[in-house]
Amino acid sequence: MTAATLYGLCGAALVGLGLYGTIVHPQPLRKILSFNLLGAGVFLQFGVIARRGAAAGMGGDPVPQAMVITGIVVAFSATALAVALVLRLFQETGGATLGTDPPARQYGGEGAGR
Amino acid sequence: MRVLLDIAMVLAVSAGAFFFLAGTVGLLRFPDSLTRLHALTKADNLGLGLVVLGLLPQADGYLAALKLVAVWLLAQLAGATVSQMIARTMRRGGQRA
Amino acid sequence: MSVALALDAGLALLVLCVAVWTIGAGPTFAAVVGFVAFGLLLALVWVRLAAVDVALTEAAIGSGVTGAVLIAAAARLRLTEAPSAAERPSATLRLAAVVLCVLVFAGLAGLVLYPANPAPTLAPAAAVHLPELDVGNAVTAVLLAYRSVDTLLEKVVLLLALVGVWSLAPDRFWGGAPGILRPARTDGALVLLGRLLPPIGIVVGVYILWVGAIAPGGAFQAGAILAAMWLLVMIAGLRDPPEIGHRWVRLLLVAGPAVFLAVGLAGFALPGGFLSYPAGHAKPLIIAIEAVLTLSIAVILGLLVAGPPERERRR
Repeated sequence: MTAATLYGLCGAALVGLGLYGTIVHPQPLRKILSFNLLGAGVFLQFGVIARRGAAAGMGGDPVPQAMVITGIVVAFSATALAVALVLRLFQETGGATLGTDPPARQYGGEGAGR
Repeated sequence: MRVLLDIAMVLAVSAGAFFFLAGTVGLLRFPDSLTRLHALTKADNLGLGLVVLGLLPQADGYLAALKLVAVWLLAQLAGATVSQMIARTMRRGGQRA
Repeated sequence: MSVALALDAGLALLVLCVAVWTIGAGPTFAAVVGFVAFGLLLALVWVRLAAVDVALTEAAIGSGVTGAVLIAAAARLRLTEAPSAAERPSATLRLAAVVLCVLVFAGLAGLVLYPANPAPTLAPAAAVHLPELDVGNAVTAVLLAYRSVDTLLEKVVLLLALVGVWSLAPDRFWGGAPGILRPARTDGALVLLGRLLPPIGIVVGVYILWVGAIAPGGAFQAGAILAAMWLLVMIAGLRDPPEIGHRWVRLLLVAGPAVFLAVGLAGFALPGGFLSYPAGHAKPLIIAIEAVLTLSIAVILGLLVAGPPERERRR
């Protein structure tokens, strides 16, 4: 059992946890949070593959590491866009919900987000 | 000489860890957000300083040692600012623990 | 079990506990704070996996800038916390989700515990060409030389996400300034930090960009640090967020991908095709691309946190 295997199991658990949170939480912001956790778990799997590929005097295979860096940046841009969508939904409808029933406008409409 | 340096390093880092532990105990046990802030900022900054002190002999070259000290100073700056802001917010608007 | 392995096990357990807290915490704000702490601990995990570039990126972008976006959103959405009764997940849904997640975990754990032997690796292939590129950091070489197309596309994805965020504003606000960032009261301590920290932060950012050629670092990490300094100045109230219709904003945003694309198209003149570098001139080109890229990334990240415009453009 090396350190890489340990962190690989940790990453697998993170994928499971993130998937559970994405399915179970009704609030979109919690779903986004859990989705980020899921992504972090997947990146850890890449990191384990990189660590196992240590050769030629380097501590890890640089290609999966570069892919993870690209993935982290793209995950952030996706998160920022998703959060902007949720905030716009809140501004338009007064509630942040993905349910199909039209929400009761209890919290106010446009401009309530300030 | 090397052995003395190693013993001093271990002592300093252990003392730093003890201060971190004390700060965490304060975070958990103090009744009030303001007192918790006090415990955290004082104990954690001192703990970080002791850890940095203990790691200085390990740094390779003066530049790396300077970077370690810079890390400690920047952490103090950030910690001081954030604790001031949290304390002022709590004094104005009431605590949300 | 050696001491290092015991410490690794402790760190992995800590990461999992913070992740469970993030999923299970009641208030969303507490979950977001847990997520930021999770990101920082994950950076430590990356260091243990000998991927220091990834650790820097995770701490700066994965935990830092993402945390800023999520905290701002959680503060705005505080009123919508409690889900309606119809939306609360039923016990059967929870059970089915648990079963599915355990299956997924088992599958991935099997992949981890029974890996391909011998481990596939591209490290020797990457190391072979490092001397002619005159780049010491293999990850930078992969990002900007071997797989530079991926990095170019990633820059464009960032830009597209920014355009997507901007397009969510009402039509009349197009070209205006974002309004999200300033706190209700100007705080003296924050203003002091906003004056003291940015010069240091800019030096650190430029240093990380420069040293990324031979040691862990690079354009994305440096761009995130510069963006953080800009955000600090805006949040402290020392500068207003710029109007997104301004010419210099648009110029800085486009400069990074444009320079990258120009170098790429110039590569058609060489035998390697798109994005190939002439022999002996690789390092200056890489540094030039990285410098402009860092500026663009800093502006994009800052504007992504600032959000869609909320004021009309002053003509």
